[in-house]
Amino acid sequence: MESTNYSIAGKETQSLSIFKKLGILVFTIGILALVELMRMSIYDAEAIKVVYDWSFFGLKTFEWTLFDWVIVGSFTLQIVGAFIFTYEHHHFSIITLFSMHTNWVQKAGLLIGATGFLILVLAWIGLIDGGHTLFLWLSFVLMAVGILVNTYGLYGGHTRGIKNNYVWFNSLSGRGLLGWTSGIVLTLFYIQLYWFPESLDGLVRLFDPLSYLITGAKSSQWFVYGSIYTFLILFLGIKFIYKYRHNRYQIIRTISVIFFQVVFAFSLPYILESFNDYQGYFGKDLKNVWPLNYYGTEGYQLDAMADPKNNGANIVGVSGTFYFVWSLLLFLIITPVLTYAVGKRWYCSWVCGCGGLAETAGDSFRQLSSKTRASWKIERWVIHSVMVFVLAMTIASLWPYFTGKDYVIGGFAITPDIFYKAIVSLLGLSALGGALLFWKRRHPFLLVGTIILVIFAVLLTFAYNEYVASKGKEVSEIFRYSSYSAIGVLVLAAIGGGIYFFKRKQHILAIGMFLLLLVGAYYTYSHFAGVEETVALSSKSIKKVYGFLVGAAFAGVIGVGFYPLLGNRVWCRFGCPMAGYMGIFQRFKSRFRITTNGAQCISCGNCSTYCEQGIDVRAYAQKGENIVRASCVGCGVCSAVCPRGVLKLENGPETGRFEPNPLIVSKEGVKLNM
Amino acid sequence: MIIIVGNGISGVTAARNIRKKSKEPITIISSESTYFFSRTALMYVYMGHMKFEHTQPYEPHFWPENNIDLKQTYVERIETETKTLVCSNNERISYDTLILATGSKPNKFGWKGQDAKRVQGLYSKQDLESMEENTNGITSAVIVGGGLIGIEMAEMLLTRHIEVHFLVREAQFWGNVLPPADSSFIMKHFEKHHGLHMHYNTQLDEILTNSENQAIGIITGNGEKIDCQFVGLTAGVSPNIEFIKSSSIETNRGILVNRFLETNVKDVYAIGDCAEFREPTPGRPSVEQVWYTGKFMGETIAHTITGNRVEYNPGHWFNSAKFFDVEYQTYGNVSGKMAEGHVNFVYQHAKEEVLLHFVFEKESHRFVGINNFGVRLRHLVFNEWLTKGATIEEVLTDLRSANFDPEFYSTYESEIVAQFNHEFGTNIVPAKRKWWQKLIPA
Repeated sequence: MESTNYSIAGKETQSLSIFKKLGILVFTIGILALVELMRMSIYDAEAIKVVYDWSFFGLKTFEWTLFDWVIVGSFTLQIVGAFIFTYEHHHFSIITLFSMHTNWVQKAGLLIGATGFLILVLAWIGLIDGGHTLFLWLSFVLMAVGILVNTYGLYGGHTRGIKNNYVWFNSLSGRGLLGWTSGIVLTLFYIQLYWFPESLDGLVRLFDPLSYLITGAKSSQWFVYGSIYTFLILFLGIKFIYKYRHNRYQIIRTISVIFFQVVFAFSLPYILESFNDYQGYFGKDLKNVWPLNYYGTEGYQLDAMADPKNNGANIVGVSGTFYFVWSLLLFLIITPVLTYAVGKRWYCSWVCGCGGLAETAGDSFRQLSSKTRASWKIERWVIHSVMVFVLAMTIASLWPYFTGKDYVIGGFAITPDIFYKAIVSLLGLSALGGALLFWKRRHPFLLVGTIILVIFAVLLTFAYNEYVASKGKEVSEIFRYSSYSAIGVLVLAAIGGGIYFFKRKQHILAIGMFLLLLVGAYYTYSHFAGVEETVALSSKSIKKVYGFLVGAAFAGVIGVGFYPLLGNRVWCRFGCPMAGYMGIFQRFKSRFRITTNGAQCISCGNCSTYCEQGIDVRAYAQKGENIVRASCVGCGVCSAVCPRGVLKLENGPETGRFEPNPLIVSKEGVKLNM
Repeated sequence: MIIIVGNGISGVTAARNIRKKSKEPITIISSESTYFFSRTALMYVYMGHMKFEHTQPYEPHFWPENNIDLKQTYVERIETETKTLVCSNNERISYDTLILATGSKPNKFGWKGQDAKRVQGLYSKQDLESMEENTNGITSAVIVGGGLIGIEMAEMLLTRHIEVHFLVREAQFWGNVLPPADSSFIMKHFEKHHGLHMHYNTQLDEILTNSENQAIGIITGNGEKIDCQFVGLTAGVSPNIEFIKSSSIETNRGILVNRFLETNVKDVYAIGDCAEFREPTPGRPSVEQVWYTGKFMGETIAHTITGNRVEYNPGHWFNSAKFFDVEYQTYGNVSGKMAEGHVNFVYQHAKEEVLLHFVFEKESHRFVGINNFGVRLRHLVFNEWLTKGATIEEVLTDLRSANFDPEFYSTYESEIVAQFNHEFGTNIVPAKRKWWQKLIPA
């Protein structure tokens, strides 16, 4: 204990050691297992239902299907991978400086909160019978009081200001033993939530009283999830506000996310549900925008919106037609306009529920996001791939729906012809916008995006012509075309990536690209060999893949479960298609930027350390450049933690947004200040 | 072959900017650490805000990618006749161009016990490491020297629940830099911090040690004895030039350079904390030990070495600091003692910790400088005002445009202007924001 040097814990360098490589390998195997599972569930649906028994020393026999095994195994591998990856930075002593200097108020708060949490755990593992109102309220009150008392103990004795003391000495926030434990527990919870909901039954029953109170029906796992989620945003939001009580931007922003979560995401949908008999679309909240809300384009949702029962005079709340029009407005008009005016922060750190949880419950983990250039590269590839995937998936799933019959909503019929023209004009307009921006900014990303949009429009036109020629029979034709283009993109990406990595002597990645090429070749072969089904994914299976890989595995398990391991914005940074969509505006067409204050930066690195999106803010600030990044969610913490008043989030004229700062000598050479 | 001795902000800035214009091999030598780190962030590592690796502004791959060699060794002496550096283990490295950016070391004024164990300054990575060791498990400390590093050290120690006795020689904190109003304002803020005991008008007489030569207390100039287990020496820094003195490079307090940062020896330059100007920039000291000036010198020298010989011209003075929770910035010249022909205007908020100290010329009303506490101001705007010689009236009229506080913060411009109008009988009207600017913050 005496010899622990807290300051210099961790190595000086961050190069890729054998541990890191091994960690990446194990993590990747875990992810691949999920992909394989998806493949099997589509093409080999029977195989995943086979039951494999497993008994531990004859004590208990697990009768798990292959599906169950792969799910549990895959996430175990991911956690083990992350563990190995960060091995060199571990400190597993429970008695750290942090625990030594925890005051009695903090300890009391922890104890009270832990007691409340224990009730949830006891219900979870089935030791407490659900249905007792007392237990539920006791648990919530204890946890709430615990959080508040602990917060007071943590920040109450200090003057108002930035007090990130001990963040890296703390076992929970510094990726120590507590961090790992909570990461594993959270992951376990999410796995149960998504794939083994029946195993949460004890916990679900505990919430019955609250559910009856609000919705008049018994609880479900999603109600439990929503309640805990809202509870955490509310009370850890209060903690956040108290921590930043000197900073009005943080206070107002946090009140906003709490409000949108409590009212729009949680209360209104459930309350309206209890008033209206015929449901369908009320399960969602009004602020949930496509493409984040990818299931909003599901056939049953569209059915519900168009249903006369949801548009009558007796409806409480908004009508289906309103919701339909509102969704379109929100996506097509409101989001771009607001993002242009103030940046994507209006959504990501003021309104969004995912962002709300990240900013409140996840605040203790913001410093864990990786700031390396490598992770930035991965981020750009992954988030934009997901975005393109969602666009493809949405068009692919809407097309058969709208060609099936005329969609009548609000007295207006959307025929296949109108649908086709609307989508193609939208794609065309976006492509035009992308091309114009490319003309101005010369950024390769814009060119690629424009080409993708054009490809989609052309594919849709092919499919539409096939549909017209075959008089409505060949509705699945579009998928064949998407298969062609998917293979094309895969092969091109593999070749390009292979050459790129080989040239840069990154042999492992080059081999990865080669493997990708093999996959592409395999698909091409099977296609010409007549096994069309191999590649011609049905719209249902695309959605299944998305729902499983992106919606559950990514947004849930890795997105929140890995808070204590990879930081609080993994989903927002790497996965969220809405963030990707707004990011394009923010990067290329917006008034928002983080301004660097002249030459005042001292390169201390607080801004980069506390950026939850992994932006190396300092890299810009020390050069006197404004920070204009697609991924910035505008949380304002970089500005708050800056000790020298260097950073300011602001909206201003587009002119000069990208211009370098004249006060840094290197920019203007010797003309400095003359 | 360009050799840079010292990998602090000056040396690294020089290397980066030379590389932008030249392909000549560059080697940076440091005995402190392989990779460049931000010295100013050491305090955050001790407090647990950051890990040491976060203080490194560039990832390790940056250096090979930019073809800058990093070498960790100690330079023993310089042989300028043969253009050779003699390093530890008698390793000899030859150079074509030599840039000395060796930085500073904490001042020691010959106090008794100043070299005892548990007595140290805070400047280098090694200082941080020894401070971690020296303060482990202790309960009280003494800090000597009322400057910026001292107050940082106090903040660090307080986070570990160590009582701090802070000796300040003058009656006012940082009185040689801050005017009395400003320094009293900061001293008031100190009172909010439990465990911090300020001793003004107090000097160090001697450091008491035990049989193991560890500090166990101090005796002040007034004969008062204060028990402690750690003594922080933060009475300024001086150029780190011991190993240069044996060479033919001329030194005084620092390495003597002309306005082009050239020493008396051809192809040898000195930049940053260790350089001393033979003829200082008018109105500025001959040795400038500030992050920003080090950076500017590094950029200037890069021009000269790559064939565009330019004078060092740092422009208008600016600086910043943070005293616990109060941020401080300054633009232009506000000195501790009021200069003749200058007028002070001080605005201090009744409740919030906000103070703005304007200085302007009595006759012409030309704006001279500002100290701002608890409010962030825009560097660019003030730089422009200083360059064009704006009057105090112009500055106050457009003060809103210089506000750099986060959105939704309280603004003080109208109060400031009202007070100024009241004190000086003027009738300044702040520039109005358009209605839509009020709707959309900033």
